[in-house]
Amino acid sequence: MNAKLSPAAWVGAFMLGVFVFLGLFGPLLAPYPVGVEAIDQTPQFLSPSMEHWLGTDENGVDALSQLMHGARSALTLSVIVVLSCAFIGVTLGVIAGYFRGVVDELVMRVVDILMAFPGILLNIAIVATVARPGLGMVIAALIANGWVGYARVARGQVLSLRERDYVQAARAIGASDARIMARHVVPNLLAPIMVQMTFGFGGIILIEASLSFLGLGPQVDYTWGAMLDQGRQLMFQPGYSHYIIAPGLAIAWVVLAANMLGDGLRDRLDPRQRGRG
Amino acid sequence: MPIGAFLLRRLGLGLVSMLGVSLLVFLFLHLIPGDPVDHLAGGDATPDQRAKVAACMSLDKPAHVQFGRFLEGVADGTLGHQCPDPKGKPTVMARIAEVYPHTVYLALCGMGVALVMALPLGILAAIRRGTWLDTLASVTSLSGIAIPMMMMGPLLLLWFFLDLGWLPGPTELGPQAMILPAIAVGTHLMAMLARMTRSSMVEVLGEDFLRTARAKGLPETTVIAKHALRNALLPVITVAGLQFGSMLSGAIITEKAFERPGIGLLLLESIAERNYPVVQGCVLVIAASYVLVNILVDLAYGLADPRIRRA
Repeated sequence: MNAKLSPAAWVGAFMLGVFVFLGLFGPLLAPYPVGVEAIDQTPQFLSPSMEHWLGTDENGVDALSQLMHGARSALTLSVIVVLSCAFIGVTLGVIAGYFRGVVDELVMRVVDILMAFPGILLNIAIVATVARPGLGMVIAALIANGWVGYARVARGQVLSLRERDYVQAARAIGASDARIMARHVVPNLLAPIMVQMTFGFGGIILIEASLSFLGLGPQVDYTWGAMLDQGRQLMFQPGYSHYIIAPGLAIAWVVLAANMLGDGLRDRLDPRQRGRG
Repeated sequence: MPIGAFLLRRLGLGLVSMLGVSLLVFLFLHLIPGDPVDHLAGGDATPDQRAKVAACMSLDKPAHVQFGRFLEGVADGTLGHQCPDPKGKPTVMARIAEVYPHTVYLALCGMGVALVMALPLGILAAIRRGTWLDTLASVTSLSGIAIPMMMMGPLLLLWFFLDLGWLPGPTELGPQAMILPAIAVGTHLMAMLARMTRSSMVEVLGEDFLRTARAKGLPETTVIAKHALRNALLPVITVAGLQFGSMLSGAIITEKAFERPGIGLLLLESIAERNYPVVQGCVLVIAASYVLVNILVDLAYGLADPRIRRA
């Protein structure tokens, strides 16, 4: 763990930093308001100009401001989903790996079932149950199967950790199972989980964008996926390609950042992997 | 594990998975408030018509009976009937069978695009490791991973259909009209496979048997093609096979972007109509294909590599 992060990983970290900054402050920095009060305040479909860098949309709402509000939705969504998935996955994975037996069988069979079909199907089925899903519904849908990967990694780690001498020693001096898990097992599996969480950031934003693109995303908030879908509908009119490119590049930015940082963190964790990815 | 036992275990697990999927989707569709009758019967339906639709979909029965009806449909191969008029309309299976070949064709073409682009890219990057070619390959594959499919499809249409006029646009079918959707659906997998090919090749290139092959004076092309590639590509092909399922989900997005008929578009339409029997049928068929492909890939891998078969 002493090796330094690669330059590419630092670039990824910087790019992720920009995203987090925009997610936190984007709505405050946005040059124009969005939402109901902004509708039809400006002419529709203005071309990009000094006043409106990315032009305006079919409702006359400034596209750059939408993009910045979209950053807030994307950040909220990815942080909540990634943290919840990691928490649920690690908890279940540690319990399964530590106690083995029936609990292990039960958890791993659920994991098998959820991994046995394309995840987006379940997301679609959950979101489709309501007519106008909000951000909360989409978050719930993404958590429903997002924890699985974390549970697998955590369980795999625990299976080897539980046989280590220091865990045996803790057990020998009478430490409770809860204490052993919390103090000796969990801290030692956080590193691979962190790597997975980094990759998760990119993945979650892509899935949300897919759902929005399919018309099943959060209907009450501005998201990049919804902007992409809007752009697709406008595409056949000349001069409107930036409605697809701007949100698309915003998504690509985050996914690229997450992958570059994730690769770097994984290499640092496991030097054998270096240069192979 | 003998191959028969392995197959039985995988088939069993696959069946359990599909039952699990069906149950999950059933629960989500049926236990959460919202009345599919509104949509299917129409807004101005009389209470009598509404009752008919509800009875046709077994919505007036308890949940376990409804699930039983669904399983009956699975067992007799119809996947259920479409309401409110089950006699006048094709079964759910017939509707899916009509569009499913389009989706499979799209996924296969996407897989072809991915392999054709990824293998040379990954192999070149590995052989010329550390040069500008390697950097170019890794930038290409990272971009392929990062650029969302939802942007890729419309952009391809914009350039090659609207601006250049080289290729057919949305809603069209035929071999030429397949090029853009196949690229859109295959790019992401291409990027993943190129990275894998590179890392797998880099590993194999460091092996002793390659040094031996070179030491006995074989030309470099033979060393790469006969000795390195054979060993390096096995895991790549396996991952490609396992990713076939993800091609199916990618196909849902691409079918929407290109407005092509397929199971993805059917699923989205049925969701919009709240036509639950069709939604459930689509989900089950996609899940079943995914499970089946995974088993076949595992089997093929076991047959190809004796080390795995013994393990």
